[in-house]
Amino acid sequence: MKHTVSVLVENKPGALARVSTMFARRAFNIESLSVGPTERHDVSRITLRVDCERHSIEQIEKQMHKLVNVLRVSELEPGEAVERELALIKVHAPADKRHELVALAEVFHARVADLGADALIFEVVGSPEELDSFEELVRPYGVKEMARTGRIGLGRSSATTTPLRKQHV
Amino acid sequence: MSGSKKMLGADAVLRSLEVEGVETVFGIPGGAVLPIYDAFARGSTVRHVLARHEQGAGHMAQGLARASGKVGVAFATSGPGATNLVTPIADAWMDSTPLVCVTGQVRSHLIGTDAFQECDITGVTMPIVKHSWLVQDVEELPSIMKAAFHVARTGRCGPVLVDIPRDIQEAELSFKYPDSVDLPGWKPPTKAHPRQIREAASRIANADKPMLYVGGGTLNGDAMAELLELAELWRLPVVTTLMGKSAFPETHELFMGWPGMHGPKWSNYATNKCDLLVAVGSRFDDRVTGKLSAFAPGADVIHLDIDSAEIGKLRHADVPVVGPLKQILHGITAELRKLHATGARTKTEPWLRQIAEWREEFPLRYAKGGDFMKPQTVLETLQALTADRDDVIFSTGVGQHQMWAMQYLLCNQPRTFITSGGLGTMGFGIPSAIGAKAARPDATVVCVDGDGCFQMTCQELATATLEQLPIVVVLVNNGYLGMVQQWQSLFFEDRLSQVHLTHQVPDYQALAEAYGAAGFTVTSEGDLEGALAEALTCGRTAVVDCRVDPREGVFPMIPTGAAAIDMLEFQDPQGAMA
Ligand SMILES: Cc1ncc(C[n+]2csc(CCOP(=O)(O)OP(=O)(O)O)c2C)c(N)n1
Ligand SMILES: [Mg+2]
Repeated sequence: MKHTVSVLVENKPGALARVSTMFARRAFNIESLSVGPTERHDVSRITLRVDCERHSIEQIEKQMHKLVNVLRVSELEPGEAVERELALIKVHAPADKRHELVALAEVFHARVADLGADALIFEVVGSPEELDSFEELVRPYGVKEMARTGRIGLGRSSATTTPLRKQHV
Repeated sequence: MSGSKKMLGADAVLRSLEVEGVETVFGIPGGAVLPIYDAFARGSTVRHVLARHEQGAGHMAQGLARASGKVGVAFATSGPGATNLVTPIADAWMDSTPLVCVTGQVRSHLIGTDAFQECDITGVTMPIVKHSWLVQDVEELPSIMKAAFHVARTGRCGPVLVDIPRDIQEAELSFKYPDSVDLPGWKPPTKAHPRQIREAASRIANADKPMLYVGGGTLNGDAMAELLELAELWRLPVVTTLMGKSAFPETHELFMGWPGMHGPKWSNYATNKCDLLVAVGSRFDDRVTGKLSAFAPGADVIHLDIDSAEIGKLRHADVPVVGPLKQILHGITAELRKLHATGARTKTEPWLRQIAEWREEFPLRYAKGGDFMKPQTVLETLQALTADRDDVIFSTGVGQHQMWAMQYLLCNQPRTFITSGGLGTMGFGIPSAIGAKAARPDATVVCVDGDGCFQMTCQELATATLEQLPIVVVLVNNGYLGMVQQWQSLFFEDRLSQVHLTHQVPDYQALAEAYGAAGFTVTSEGDLEGALAEALTCGRTAVVDCRVDPREGVFPMIPTGAAAIDMLEFQDPQGAMA
């Protein structure tokens, strides 16, 4: 089962390395990881997508809590959170296919970020699942290269994300 | 401290140690720590013990910490000095020993350039420290030192590292040691949940066959008195892991030995057939549990620990209680007293009688006779010579001798058995004994070592003799990497591969004497007691080379992956019991 974990860390040198080292050392698999600033200049947010059992997501959270730079760990529950990702996809696009492609892109609100002689780059933002579908659709045209940011997320405005206890039980 | 004082970074390091109450540190100087060592030369109340290898310095700091409950401190230079500390750091990580390592680093502007003796030691040690700091601003040095000590000893104890570039040591700051730490992300549990404590107490009160399964966390949490009180109040039997050894008086009628791979069969029976397993600062290590799914299969589990990540890591806890063990055990005892007042009584007497029967039925056994003195005899004799003393501390190496030490030495005083449990570091014995001696100059410190282990850290005998930190090394010399030989013999059809060391090389007595220590060679049982007695009382560092049977095995034994209850037993070749 996949989980999205949102981690607030002190914006200190090595904080990201400590989190990712812990994952590697405990043999937890990271599917995607993204890190960036937050509303506070001294705090960064790391969003991790991990594939594991319930039992090990608890282990992951508890082990993460023990890291000195980690301020808060919360799991983003599906439905209770907004999750987004950005992808840049370079698609093979000879002149005769371009119209078709651009029409397709419109359905996904994908933007043409760059246009070349026989290729174009789509910029698409959406839920990771939407990005998967879009990628699938353009694949038959020939995907030359792709870059994705990995997901980021926030708990919905109505519900606060469940902060995982710094102190357990 | 009020007011601030101008000084160099190097001096700030020592002033910080002084404020922390550190009395002794261990280390070896080098280029990147010259300013700090110059500060030592200019004077400090902190005693610096010069080791002969940084690994030794690290293990000495661990030995000090384990014998005293205080934070151990080790110093090393950058690069190779720092990498030599990696083994003690890993060892302290596995055994949760509070340790502050201070390393020098190349000058700030050279970091990242592959400068001479540059090593990214914070990177190398990242998976095996609680936290580490690379000091980038000299003004931050006091708060980092304060934080380092705080993190090392709060929550689950463990190692931290402070890496200080040379230019930071030489820079000036206005020194003021902070009164508190500013670590917004560090909030170890300080109070256990009263509801969980009540629940634990009521389960214990109702259990027919409870067992307190005590680990090293009890010693780290300084909860030995509370443990004793709880066990005595409700007549609860106690087993301790290798790391928990000495947390409970071992000649006490409620003490039931040590579960695990080489624990006595009756101890493993008692642990595995209980109906309520109360884990007290223990972590269900595979060397204790054997096959996990077959470990104490009929028991509910109460898990008491300061580290919530241990709860449910390997075994589901029916009642988890997270917090300081001292407080938790005290709380459970208080609840049981209340229950007692309402008429509740312990039900453990039949269970205690059952364990006593197993104890009768399955004693530790070995066969005497043959050409060689038996290693077990060495340990039995050492035990007999020290039995009525409460001022003896043991340390060990890793291997068969370590297991015999666990089986035959009975420790009644807390913190008197210092061994490398989690990492299993050969060579731990001698330096950790020296560190223990620094912490407890009043005590007689005895290192039970193997011949293989001895050769990994014996250069520290020079530290022992020259720094007036005398220790007694009882060398269980079987001429082999014995534990490996035992596995090859049991599981690889006795094809011995690269395990023979010989009894004679080196000549341990001569080597001891070369280091300024007293040396003894014992080849027969008749000379054993005399030599050990003399070594224990001579007041000098001494090495007693006890040449023992090269092919003796440690029994009983749980083969890896087997259920703890299916132990391999000692097979007497003559069919006789001894
Ligand atoms: C540093 C290190 N290297 C290798 C091992 C693997 N090992 C475990 S016990 C052992 C043999 C120890 O020999 P010795 O000190 O003579 O003790 P004995 O088992 O003979 O009592 C070895 C090689 C280890 N635990 N630590
Ligand atoms: Mg040996």
